[in-house]
Amino acid sequence: MSTVLTLDAMARRVKPGMKLALPVDYAGVSMAMTRPLIAHGAGRLHVVCLPTGGMQPDMLIGAGLVETIETSAMTLGEAGGAPCFARAIAAGSIRIVDSTCPAVHAGFLAAQKGVPFATLRGLIGTDILAHRPDWKVIDNPFSETPDPIVAIPAIRPDVAIFHAPVADRDGNVWIGRRRELASLAYASEQTLVTVERIVDESLLSDERTAAGVIPALYVEAVAVAREGAKPLGLWGEYGPDMMEVARYAREARSEAGFRAFLDGADHALEAAR
Amino acid sequence: MSPVLPRERLIVAIANLLDGVRHVAVGASSPIPAAGAMLRRALAEAADAPRVRISILGSVAHNFFTNGSAELFDCAGQGRIDAFFLGGGQIDGEANINLVGIGDYPQTKVRWPGSFGSAYLYFVVPRVILFREEHSPRVFVEKVDFVSAPGTSPEGVHRTGGPHALLTGMGQFSFDRERRRFRLTSVHPGHTLESIKAATGFAFDHDPVAAMTADPDARVLALLRGRVLDELAETYPEFARGLSAELAA
Repeated sequence: MSTVLTLDAMARRVKPGMKLALPVDYAGVSMAMTRPLIAHGAGRLHVVCLPTGGMQPDMLIGAGLVETIETSAMTLGEAGGAPCFARAIAAGSIRIVDSTCPAVHAGFLAAQKGVPFATLRGLIGTDILAHRPDWKVIDNPFSETPDPIVAIPAIRPDVAIFHAPVADRDGNVWIGRRRELASLAYASEQTLVTVERIVDESLLSDERTAAGVIPALYVEAVAVAREGAKPLGLWGEYGPDMMEVARYAREARSEAGFRAFLDGADHALEAAR
Repeated sequence: MSPVLPRERLIVAIANLLDGVRHVAVGASSPIPAAGAMLRRALAEAADAPRVRISILGSVAHNFFTNGSAELFDCAGQGRIDAFFLGGGQIDGEANINLVGIGDYPQTKVRWPGSFGSAYLYFVVPRVILFREEHSPRVFVEKVDFVSAPGTSPEGVHRTGGPHALLTGMGQFSFDRERRRFRLTSVHPGHTLESIKAATGFAFDHDPVAAMTADPDARVLALLRGRVLDELAETYPEFARGLSAELAA
């Protein structure tokens, strides 16, 4: 049974120095948690993006909470580059651990299986591998001839945070075909999920929803956040508000602009309350 | 029928490069490759050729994956994807691509989003089409500053895939994996061998007189302007509208 929390209480589960896992922009990002995380202020985070990062990790970087970002890309999609990330790279104020999408997936898969590493083709001869002392080139033990292959260590985050359409009273969460959300939950020590709504009937009682459910076993806590992925989209529910993402891309280009964007959002929140 | 637009020429060139594929995947934010793949599918249907499957990331109607974002890579690793598209902030004469940045890593003076799946897909997708509309010396460099994915690999490294062609706004190249060199195969109307040389930071092979990129025939153009633009509007409404407006002008 998972606990139902407020967003602020959920944010307090994140402690300084933790490894925090976040999903790709289209999979279900808990944008509703971004402000509470910034207000809570737990810093020195190692953020790992499955497999790429967008607006949320960019805002956490802008707020100075991120020490290391591990990802295969940082992008706002059609709105362009991630502005706070770009600024932090230029200033050398963040440690970037470049990866490639299937390598991030491989690291999560190894953690899910409780094994030390998973192997992956490709990578040999890239500058990504050259800058990853934590990855090892090993020889395929089953090959008759030399066959180098890259071993990717398990990625075991302290906490994963994402947004999904629906949970039930037991804390089961429906993720449909967005299986990367299951990877996040399987690999992470604790998983915090915001949802559009909580339903009374068990999601496991109907085979049609059960197949797309992460059982409560993997879910530490749930919080309700209506339209909790906005301005990003949530599959099957609503599309992204690209005007708003583009406004962020524009305004966050400078440190002052990013602060003004945050302040503006604060005023909007207060007005709504 | 209105004259062929430069972007239509690129879409048709991509459809031609995809001749014979069973399954082509297209990454996010790639309207021209997506249109080329849709045109190839339409052409295969019209010719009663084997069905062409398309997986367009970011599309709902043209994507049948159900196992999250890992499925594309699992599929590619098994050899179930025949063709894919990669670009690059920099591409060099040995087909190495750089999606990371310019200058000394990690504190690069220009930082791009990152390598995405390129460091894997370039190795395992047989027909990788390098596509970059901008053809300039800052893109096509002698040597990339960072290798996101190498054009070729030494003997003994598992490599079932790699560069098949390079398509730009000025022309089309093939790639010789043995000699690790591009060869100019055609020049788009409005450009010349000399202008391409001036815009390319690396040396490449070419015939003494370079061939011009042929115009698509009326049947292909009709498929592109009809069915393909309709299909494209689901994933890339802005791009489809823009192209339609340009055709109506």
